[in-house]
Amino acid sequence: MADTTVPPPSSISGPRLGRAVRSALITAVVGAGLFSLMIGVRTEAGPAGGLVFWTRWTELGWMVAASFVAGFVREIVIQRSGEGVLEALMPAAFKRFINVVARLLGPALLAFAVLMPIIFYDQRYILDLGILALTYVMLGWGLNIVVGLAGLLDLGYVAFYAVGAYSYALFSTTFGLSFWLCLPIAGILAAFWGVLLGFPVLRLKGDYLAIVTLAFGEIIRLVIVNWQSLTGGPNGITGIPRPSFFGVPFSAGPEGFAELFGIAFSPTHRIVFLFYVILALALLTNWVTIRLRRLPIGRAWEALREDEIACRSLGINTTTTKLTAFATGAMFGGFAGAFFATRQGFISPESFSFQESALVLAIVVLGGMGSQLGVALAAVTMIGGFELFRGLDQYRMLVFGMAMVAIMVWRPRGLIGSRTPSIYLKTPTQISASLVKEGHG
Amino acid sequence: MEYFLQQFINGIALGSIYGLIALGYTMVYGIIGMINFAHGDIFMIGGFIALIAFLCLVALGVTAVPLALFLVLIIAMLITALYGWVVERVAYRPLRHSFRLAPMLSAIGMAFVLGNFVQIAQGARVKPLPPLIPGGLILIDNGGFVVQVSNVQIIVVLTTLALMVIFSLIVARTRLGRDMRACEQDRTMAALLGVDTDRVISTTFVIGAALAAVAGFMYLIYYGVIDFYIGFVAGIKAFTAAVLGGIGSLPGAMLGGLAIGLIETMWSAYFSVQYRDVAAFSILIVVLIFMPTGLLGRPEIEKV
Amino acid sequence: MNGGDTILDVVHLSMRFGGIVAVKDLSFSARRGGITALIGPNGAGKTTVFNCITGFYKPTTGMMRLGHAGGREFLLERLFDFRIAKLARVARTFQNIRLFSGMTVLENLLVAQHNPLMSASGYTLLGLVGFPGYLHAERAAIDLARYWLDRIGLIERADDAAGNLPYGDQRRLEIARAMCADPVLLCLDEPAAGLNAQESGALNDFLQFIRGEHKVSILLIEHDMSVVMEISDHVIVLDYGEKIADGSPRAIRDDPKVIAAYLGVADERTAEAIMEADQ
Repeated sequence: MADTTVPPPSSISGPRLGRAVRSALITAVVGAGLFSLMIGVRTEAGPAGGLVFWTRWTELGWMVAASFVAGFVREIVIQRSGEGVLEALMPAAFKRFINVVARLLGPALLAFAVLMPIIFYDQRYILDLGILALTYVMLGWGLNIVVGLAGLLDLGYVAFYAVGAYSYALFSTTFGLSFWLCLPIAGILAAFWGVLLGFPVLRLKGDYLAIVTLAFGEIIRLVIVNWQSLTGGPNGITGIPRPSFFGVPFSAGPEGFAELFGIAFSPTHRIVFLFYVILALALLTNWVTIRLRRLPIGRAWEALREDEIACRSLGINTTTTKLTAFATGAMFGGFAGAFFATRQGFISPESFSFQESALVLAIVVLGGMGSQLGVALAAVTMIGGFELFRGLDQYRMLVFGMAMVAIMVWRPRGLIGSRTPSIYLKTPTQISASLVKEGHG
Repeated sequence: MEYFLQQFINGIALGSIYGLIALGYTMVYGIIGMINFAHGDIFMIGGFIALIAFLCLVALGVTAVPLALFLVLIIAMLITALYGWVVERVAYRPLRHSFRLAPMLSAIGMAFVLGNFVQIAQGARVKPLPPLIPGGLILIDNGGFVVQVSNVQIIVVLTTLALMVIFSLIVARTRLGRDMRACEQDRTMAALLGVDTDRVISTTFVIGAALAAVAGFMYLIYYGVIDFYIGFVAGIKAFTAAVLGGIGSLPGAMLGGLAIGLIETMWSAYFSVQYRDVAAFSILIVVLIFMPTGLLGRPEIEKV
Repeated sequence: MNGGDTILDVVHLSMRFGGIVAVKDLSFSARRGGITALIGPNGAGKTTVFNCITGFYKPTTGMMRLGHAGGREFLLERLFDFRIAKLARVARTFQNIRLFSGMTVLENLLVAQHNPLMSASGYTLLGLVGFPGYLHAERAAIDLARYWLDRIGLIERADDAAGNLPYGDQRRLEIARAMCADPVLLCLDEPAAGLNAQESGALNDFLQFIRGEHKVSILLIEHDMSVVMEISDHVIVLDYGEKIADGSPRAIRDDPKVIAAYLGVADERTAEAIMEADQ
């Protein structure tokens, strides 16, 4: 029984229990309506080309029961939170503790990231996961410039990721250019596409901008799918050169990295190297963002997010300001794309679907728009969470979607909602999220 | 010329379907100013429910096609409307007074949930349905090329027209319509004047979902196949249609839907099928750049 | 007219929105170093005139000539929005305060110095690597901000979010922010709205100071007649988008047309203010 777990006098009884049961019943009825045909009847293309179907009453029963429980729990939670039980769980001392932890969290995470290849040297799986997470940290930080700082909603960020990946793949396979040469090219090309897209569309506002960037992302993906002679179409590009240690390949041969440094060959070397490359790239993104925030351009981005009209009245060229935000964000997306291509050795349009854009945007918003630490935490949480559900395979996106809804309902302003001022005279004071705007564009 | 005419007819039929979905977008956008990203998937769910309901009815012995189709339509509208209601209740209402990005992400999350739910519940494979309404009207037969309007096309266009008329009357004449328009203008003021805004918004979602169910049903009988992925693409195209027509404008949504349907069909017919979607999306971008308020939208004066 | 007596010349300005004529054939000029007030009943088109001058609206017809003391002239109707603030150096405030509420008071004042700081940072590239010239420029910018914060008495709140300030402070901060943009013409849209008598007295002093010490000309929309009558050198009265009077505060006060315009509308408070000023 639920009442044994909570202390009196707020035990669940009488009318409250009744209300909870009523709410549970309603939810169950609604659930029955929703799932009746969808779960209760399963269709499939039959062997003869026709359609066959069979019923699944048991599953339907389970779903309705689950709806009942969900409705019950929800009502209880609402009743509890109304009493401030959740607040009471967090005494002031605990909050202070949280604050201290929060301040130390950034440096601790960084130290952990640097030491990770040493701690988990033998666990390739964890290192791969770390590389993946760092890629998303970098993408999140890149998009954060556009969405979090400048307040421009970009739903097609993955397009720049794709431009970066395909530029590296094409330049390296066609002209044999090295990764370190291609990296800036990929960034510049992505930034160029950012400007190309940004120039016409940046006078659009809000959701219009969102949908146009979404369309742009889809256009890029569809062009990649269909321009078979250049991109290999749906089959993608294979045989992308793997990274070398500044020209020294990670091979077992006499010319290889292991031989050069006089150590035993191990395939892990390359993984560790890749780990540090993406760590460096991500930190570069972070460093540049932090620097930019303290420069006039960064302040203009944030001012733009706060009030575009006031910006214009102060002589700020809002078009170029928006364009630089777009281009800078795109450039980092391009870098990340080039890294992605060299790590995978194979790319196809599948990796650049709208879901990726949504994932990166979710990372930025969950992180708390504009907060670097928040974005990093959100990226690690998301990718880690994704990994936990790897075994569930087809349920993964379902869980991801549910998590997105739940997180937004729970914390609409993200994990770290407050804003740190870019400059101060005496004492830096955090600015509460309720004052910080999120832009119109 | 005959070829063009045939493509024109096909385009109108497809455009009607887009128009119906676009109505849902435009209504929701008009009232709460958000893009209901999950609407495309609601449309897809409508199609699936129609498919399953049809199978069930046949199994129950309802074999008269017109009766079956009518019942299917009613069932699909009811259940899909329930989906629309639940989506609004779960994902949007808690965020009603929140920051702008939160409901948008919540909507994207909901789109993923719905799409994947159907994938899990009904499998990823394409579901075929044999043609239910055969035949059609032959308009031109000059020996070489036959221009014809199939009965399905006639049904699609007529249903759309009828719904459009009914729906316009609801908005223009009924109390609900007046409340909807009031919420569109100023939700706070409407609430102060005693309009139950939550209820109006819920109703809007329910109506939008019911219209999407009709669109899903028509998609099903028109194309005879359905899979869980159609929601995303159709959703974006219908949104394009809503924007093209001028978001917030009901006739605009229909007009935009027809335009997108025609453009897409013509592009496939005369240029290349592969770049069909690219054409639709490019048009969205071009329209927004040169006509940010769409064909029938009201121009906006920037408030300083 | 080399750096002549007039800073702003508005000639035959008209602005229409669809069928509505908000401003009709308006001509007036503002004296350099003077405080010119634009008054009129609600809906007379005053803010529209401001929006035309500061480039937020493109006027339907007419010409607006702004002359710098050095002799440079700008035709404002031909300049694109932000260039009016940047090149012609016209700064403004807004009727509904438009501060960057999620940024600190200090940050607000630094954003106002965007253009000089931007060139000092070598369009970001030099600033990114910590070029000393930029650091110097930033320090100067902070000093300027400090100066204005001292003037408006907000130095203690420099690190607070602008949105957290009380209303009167926000109004003053908005003026200080406009001044940080280094204007020659300052356009204030109802700076005394919502201020109490003491605060509007302080505002008078502050505006006099800006005009006296910084040689900035001021164009002002105001309903508070105590402000208008006390500090302005020249008053222009609008009604239904047309100019109905133009002259010194004293002459305006006795103008029967002005009295009629004010008493003719239901804005009693304004009418009373005029009567009081008369006594």
